[in-house]
Amino acid sequence: MTIEFRGVTKRYGGGAAAVDELSLTVPDGSMTVFVGPSGCGKTTSLRMVNRMVEPTDGDVLLDGRNVRDIDPAELRRGIGYVIQHAGLFPHRTVLGNIATVPMLSGWSRRSARRRAGELLDTVGLPAELGSRYPAQLSGGQQQRVGVARALAADPPVLLMDEPFSAVDPVVREGLQDELLDLQRRLGKTIVFVTHDIDEAVRLGDRVAVLRVGGRLAQYGTPADVLRHPVDDFVAEFVGKDRGYRGLSFLSAGALEVGEVVTVEIGSVPGESGEWRLAIDDERRPRGWLAPGSTVDGSLAEADLVAGGSLYRRGTSLRGALDAALSSPASLGVVVDDDGAAVGVVTARHVLDVIERHPASATATSRTARA
Amino acid sequence: MIAETVAWFGDAANWSGPGGVPARVLEHVGYVALALAIALVIAVPFGLLVGHTGRGAVLLVGAGNIVRALPTLGVVTLFFLLLAESTPAAVVGLVVLAVPPVMAGTYAGVQSVDAHVVDAASGVGMRGMQRLWQVEVPIALPMVLGGVRNAVLQLVATAAVAAYVGLGGLGRYLMDGLAILDYAEVVAGAVLTAALAVVLDLLLAGLQRIVVPRGVRLAELTRSKGPA
Ligand SMILES: Nc1ncnc2c1ncn2[C@@H]1O[C@H](COP(=O)(O)OP(=O)(O)OP(=O)(O)O)[C@@H](O)[C@H]1O
Ligand SMILES: [Mg+2]
Repeated sequence: MTIEFRGVTKRYGGGAAAVDELSLTVPDGSMTVFVGPSGCGKTTSLRMVNRMVEPTDGDVLLDGRNVRDIDPAELRRGIGYVIQHAGLFPHRTVLGNIATVPMLSGWSRRSARRRAGELLDTVGLPAELGSRYPAQLSGGQQQRVGVARALAADPPVLLMDEPFSAVDPVVREGLQDELLDLQRRLGKTIVFVTHDIDEAVRLGDRVAVLRVGGRLAQYGTPADVLRHPVDDFVAEFVGKDRGYRGLSFLSAGALEVGEVVTVEIGSVPGESGEWRLAIDDERRPRGWLAPGSTVDGSLAEADLVAGGSLYRRGTSLRGALDAALSSPASLGVVVDDDGAAVGVVTARHVLDVIERHPASATATSRTARA
Repeated sequence: MIAETVAWFGDAANWSGPGGVPARVLEHVGYVALALAIALVIAVPFGLLVGHTGRGAVLLVGAGNIVRALPTLGVVTLFFLLLAESTPAAVVGLVVLAVPPVMAGTYAGVQSVDAHVVDAASGVGMRGMQRLWQVEVPIALPMVLGGVRNAVLQLVATAAVAAYVGLGGLGRYLMDGLAILDYAEVVAGAVLTAALAVVLDLLLAGLQRIVVPRGVRLAELTRSKGPA
């Protein structure tokens, strides 16, 4: 379902505009992320889609139909809505929470609960959590239940307002991955709000950068916004690391993988003057054996220096550079889809590839001008 | 004094007939129950409405405070005199006193529901009444019942005082005892009134345990201990 904002303005109580003449289109089946500093009108913009806020001026259209013409309760049952604090109903079990919208839409209790059970699985929660109450869940689990509740009636549109901001960074990354995966499988049209540019770039097919006063500063793909910020505000907002972040969009096609000496855990490694990569019996990297280190008998995990991040072959150059920079041996370990080590890359080699990349050349020149 | 009071309780004559303890307790409970029932019918809808819409809160709280400041015996006597000196008049006085705690508890209960939860209820497509009954009322229940318990304590005590204007119930022992300077009877009346208050409060506490949703109780525990 396509969402279109057409000249949408919102003033609260006749004051200054919270959202000013917003016009943009979120294409069917894609995810658009609204990003911007606090108070720039992200939440207000989002809530005008499900009429939790009524525009002062302009229209929001769903597949060309003006939301003003749809009964608010009906409209909202057809739009999944996830908020920052999950907003779960404390008196209902997890299953009861997830079954809310199907029940409101007149499903039988049994089919609503069966559907709720399926959704637990969809959002990666074990079935036995279904009978718990929200107070018995961790923050991350509550967020997942919030997402499951929003998905329960299989709405074509999902609105998510900083859904992951209250959980710790590790959990957040997991939830982001799962959202991307869900999006690929379910093909929902999603509007996602965050003030974290990293999250925006990671999740969005398109990113809408808003400035205080509720004006749209730039709307484009993440790569576009990072490489070609339209003005100083956007450039400032996307931050100092935008060149590095931009690497996320450079594919590593031309990257050659070098060879590395490996030693298997449990074998007798002997002596060597160079870094050697320790692997297990399935060739998965376990760490590094430092040059000149001596091992009593066979090689054990305790003899190793912890490795850096791993670079999965075929993904973006950002991961390759990070693997090289984080490795104690200055050699980024490259793994295949099964996690088996296939070789190494150096930072120098990654940089060579970046410099030869045509897109990055324009990015560099634009940045120089800015 | 204690010995005489014990003797009063030991006297079989005080346990039978229309002036006996069982009859007086029943009478007393009857007034309390009647006044409470009427007060609930008036106070709960108002409390819910004000809590749900957020409108009229200042008026509600202000009116409640005024009634609370009135001397209870004065209120009961006033209605008794206004309404032709009948038993219903005394009951009306009791109702007036029971309404504010119930209304305040109901309003505060609905008002205290987490704003994010209320927002989520509208956001998933609940209409106003669905939000009220499916979300606000269950979560407000502990505080509604807290208001009811306050009202019942107030009613048990005031109904005793209302014997002054001719009401039956346990207050009779106070009035009649004072009239003939039988202090054992006065003390017995006071003890019975206090005991009734305690028993009714315990019953309501039990009811609270049964009807308050488990998830709401768990959430309260988590809140008081800090988030998990
Ligand atoms: N209900 C309201 N009444 C009055 N003003 C409001 C209301 N909601 C938001 N505003 C104002 O509108 C502006 C935009 O608010 P909004 O919540 O949309 O911002 P936001 O981008 O979501 O911010 P944040 O990142 O802090 O959540 C702010 O200046 C805010 O103070
Ligand atoms: Mg916001």
